Amino acid sequence: MADFLTFLFKGISVGSLYALIALGYTMVYGILQFINFAHSDVFALGAFFSWRFAVAYHLMHPTPIQAAGLLLLSMAACALTGLLIEWLAYRPLRQAPRLNVLITAIGVSLFLENAGQLVWGKSVVQFPTMTEHSIVLGGVHIRLVEVVAVGAAFALMLGLQWLVYRTKIGRGMRAVSVDHNIAGLMGVPVDQIISLTFVIGSALAGAGGLLVGLTYGQIKQPADASWIIYGLKAFVAAVIGGIGNLPGAMLGGLLLGIAEQFVAGYVSTTFRDAIAFALLIVILLVRPSGILGKNVVEKV
Amino acid sequence: MALLEVSGLDVHYGAIHALRGVSISVEKGQIVCLVGSNGAGKSTTLRALSGLVKPTRGTIVFDGQSLVGLKPHQVVRRGIAHAPEGRGIFPNLSVRDNLELGAYVRSDKAGIAADLERQLERFPILKERATQMAGTLSGGEQQMLAVARALMARPRLLLLDEPSLGLAPQIVQSIFRIIQEINGEGVTILLVEQNAHMALSIAQHGYVLESGEIKMSDAAKTLAASDEVRKAYLGIGE
Repeated sequence: MADFLTFLFKGISVGSLYALIALGYTMVYGILQFINFAHSDVFALGAFFSWRFAVAYHLMHPTPIQAAGLLLLSMAACALTGLLIEWLAYRPLRQAPRLNVLITAIGVSLFLENAGQLVWGKSVVQFPTMTEHSIVLGGVHIRLVEVVAVGAAFALMLGLQWLVYRTKIGRGMRAVSVDHNIAGLMGVPVDQIISLTFVIGSALAGAGGLLVGLTYGQIKQPADASWIIYGLKAFVAAVIGGIGNLPGAMLGGLLLGIAEQFVAGYVSTTFRDAIAFALLIVILLVRPSGILGKNVVEKV
Repeated sequence: MALLEVSGLDVHYGAIHALRGVSISVEKGQIVCLVGSNGAGKSTTLRALSGLVKPTRGTIVFDGQSLVGLKPHQVVRRGIAHAPEGRGIFPNLSVRDNLELGAYVRSDKAGIAADLERQLERFPILKERATQMAGTLSGGEQQMLAVARALMARPRLLLLDEPSLGLAPQIVQSIFRIIQEINGEGVTILLVEQNAHMALSIAQHGYVLESGEIKMSDAAKTLAASDEVRKAYLGIGE
């Protein structure tokens, strides 16, 4: 039982971070129907931005308030990065075939990885530590920093839900995701909505970067394969939940995180990374549109 | 000066020359219709007005200001709403969300709420289905939603693209009655129709578009009575 709870909580901890990153993939896909391969690099940059801010402001042992400040700084820096990427790399290709955009996304990804390596070097970086404390829940020790990270991830996801489903801008985003032209005819400024989508998705990746750093204590260089694997799993989570669907991305992320921990715990850690892709294959065979995939009502 | 003055409009889709020197003028308070067969360029004309396609030549002046080069959302801000061909409703959004999207450019919350109420009164079927996904509506109901949604922008000029397409005659009747009612409330209307008979019966002025060119322009009554139009578009031969 204690094992079960340990794996479950660890799964939620990892899964909520997958979910945070998956949202960025799924939002961009929902609006532009392409996979933004550079998203995992924005996530890696988020970790490095927060580390740099922590060093610059002497916040290597941040209090909760200071950590919240770091979170906002990292989100803002990544939002700006996302805005620039969309504006410089993707906007000029708005009328181009989707394949061109996809290839561009890979180019942006490689550029960010190498630029990050150039700026921050290749060595492993010691991340700020918030707290070493643990809490005991159901007889299981849980690191407090993971509880905080899960709480922050869920708060951000709830905020996004509110924005998309309860505000006028969110209504505009949903309209653009259905049809750019018709959204324009409703008076929705389509280009601004697309920029905003990148800003929000990248800000969430920035938050993910900080939370991952806090959770693991150290981060590898921006071009390290671990970032790509992390991003790839988040992407798989988005597909499992139903790409283009926000609740789907969150559900997919959590499911994937929990599945990984159970497989690692009960079967073998060797299979931990394999489970993501095994799940992907099963979903693509059984339910290609994902668990909560778009079920568009069509009537002739 | 007319509310809308289009002159010498050319539109190309790649190598296809879709509009050739189209000139149209719409007086304030009128219903003006644009009739013609499939592919004549009727929808393209409306799309050019809305900023969905860029004209290669020509001018569009609305209320004394040029619309050429504006993006669709900027055209809506100037006071033109467009209920597009195929209705263009958002199937996976509720009827109410669709209507509220129509008011996207407005920020007067009380006014929007009042207009929403007015449209739901005008179209009782939409009131009944306000929380339903718009994709579950029938064709006629979707058309009503498209018109109601366009009105939510409080337009001065309403562009209607084939509101009768694919609808049963009885529903077409009621849609046209509603178009006249809206016009009576002071909204100028530019109506594109294949159903020339119906369109000419409610319009004051009509244009006949053929292969991207204006072939005839006259009072709607005169057009409806002309032999040429009767033969070509009203299916009434010798």
